[in-house]
Amino acid sequence: MKVLVAVKRVIDYNVKIRVKPDGSDVDLTNVKMAMNPFCEIAVEEAVRLKEQGVATEVVAVTVGPKAAQEQLRTALALGADRAIHVESDERVESLGAAKALAKVVEKEAPQLVILGKQAIDSDNNQTGQMLAALTGMPQGTFASAVEVEGETLKVVREIDGGLQTVALKLPAVVTTDLRLNEPRYAKLPDIMKAKKKPLDVLTPAELGVEVASGLTLVKVEPPAERQGGVKVGSVDELVDKLKNEAKVIA
Amino acid sequence: MSILVLAEHHDGQLADATAHVVAAAQAIGGDIDVLVAGQDLGSIAEAAAKLDGVARVRVADSEVFAHQLAEPLADLLVSLADDYSHVLAAASTTGKNVLPRLAALKDVAQISEIIAVESADTFKRPIYAGNAIATVQSGDALKVITVRSTAFDAVAQEGSASVEAVDAAVDNALSSFVGEELAKSDRPELGAARVVVSGGRGMGSGENFKILDSVADKLGAAIGASRAAVDAGFVPNDMQVGQTGKIVAPDLYIAVGISGAIQHLAGMKDSKVIVAINKDEEAPIFQVADYGLVADLFEAIPELDSKL
Repeated sequence: MKVLVAVKRVIDYNVKIRVKPDGSDVDLTNVKMAMNPFCEIAVEEAVRLKEQGVATEVVAVTVGPKAAQEQLRTALALGADRAIHVESDERVESLGAAKALAKVVEKEAPQLVILGKQAIDSDNNQTGQMLAALTGMPQGTFASAVEVEGETLKVVREIDGGLQTVALKLPAVVTTDLRLNEPRYAKLPDIMKAKKKPLDVLTPAELGVEVASGLTLVKVEPPAERQGGVKVGSVDELVDKLKNEAKVIA
Repeated sequence: MSILVLAEHHDGQLADATAHVVAAAQAIGGDIDVLVAGQDLGSIAEAAAKLDGVARVRVADSEVFAHQLAEPLADLLVSLADDYSHVLAAASTTGKNVLPRLAALKDVAQISEIIAVESADTFKRPIYAGNAIATVQSGDALKVITVRSTAFDAVAQEGSASVEAVDAAVDNALSSFVGEELAKSDRPELGAARVVVSGGRGMGSGENFKILDSVADKLGAAIGASRAAVDAGFVPNDMQVGQTGKIVAPDLYIAVGISGAIQHLAGMKDSKVIVAINKDEEAPIFQVADYGLVADLFEAIPELDSKL
């Protein structure tokens, strides 16, 4: 079966972000960018399915600016067979991305689509669910294990309070949680080989899709700073402060 | 305006989060209905009817909603949404699963995890793990919103809303429930606890987390963990506090052997009082802690236990 895996270019998770002085957005000039960590887990899962002989082809896709092709090349180096870039310089919110991905699903007809559960920039946690809705597929969100059983996909989901297992009728959408797998690093020969793998570029217009959003970003501001307090010298002093100063324990 | 709040419930009980989401609905203003969907909902609907500010509780009692699967629940919400200007749910794993699906089916944006209501169409929400706060305005006719419940104080329970059944013809051929493994604990729920004691990589092993038990019992605390402790396999993921886990804001948060990575701070820095116990005096957690104790946790925790 064919597996489609979506990836997003985001700020590297180690970078400390700065808000622009005019409050219009976060400042991304000259900031190190990388593949969203949850998308790395998605690519890894797709590649493992291929290595197990379950998947026959892994297609990586992204929606974003030209520079996002770097992340597609990373996916190719990690083991994806080919890539599709839906190029847009606009600010694409979750619904727009899901609409573009739905068109790619229509063209490619994958049996399984894997996405990260959330991107670490917008922290939305929406695109996979929206894609499932738009394509009429079931969704296995926050997955910590997936298993293909004939026409059915069993997904173990991380839910508040524990784990839930659901059975989904294929084709289906899965979004990855942290414990699904541990992504590998790309090896140098694979990075070289990835440069020669096919990468198609499409525009939202060519797909016949409108990626504009009903949301306006009014402003972005830094959060209220929390001031550090004091160091205490002993457990006794700590208990005393909590009882008599902070009054949070009896 | 009219607002529909999707009730959160577990094990036949209305979850506390619902009272917080109703508070967010009150901040938006308008008539508030609560939808309770599931199976055998009698006592849950009664509890929802007591929430202040709720006009009507709508009950969709059917086997198809028994396990809160996203596909039928979103279809149910789609069938009701035309009566409302806003649909709200807690930013729980249920709310996050279902509401984006509803939004896409209605061709509108979804606004995730709001922490403040500026007006009926403008909201504040954290981005970049809480390192920036975005103000977003929705131009959509229907606003679909998940709410960070710790950011809104719960409404009181002195109301008396009417309760009526929803006649929903929803079926589900796409997904089915296989099973679940829920952590059994006598402790308070992590998201609602007044005190949280969390362990990090410094705990060293899952076995060592047991030394937190007695302190947690004495304080009536829930036990949490950092992502590093979850990644190391010490404890299950449902204990994770942080950007990718649970967001908590208790009166007292005690971080034990936690260095204070950005993504962990995103999950707990709105706590009223933060205590950090760590042997590394340079650990970033001390920059947000009200009280820091530089000590070996394996000595400090038993001592703390003996003095509580």
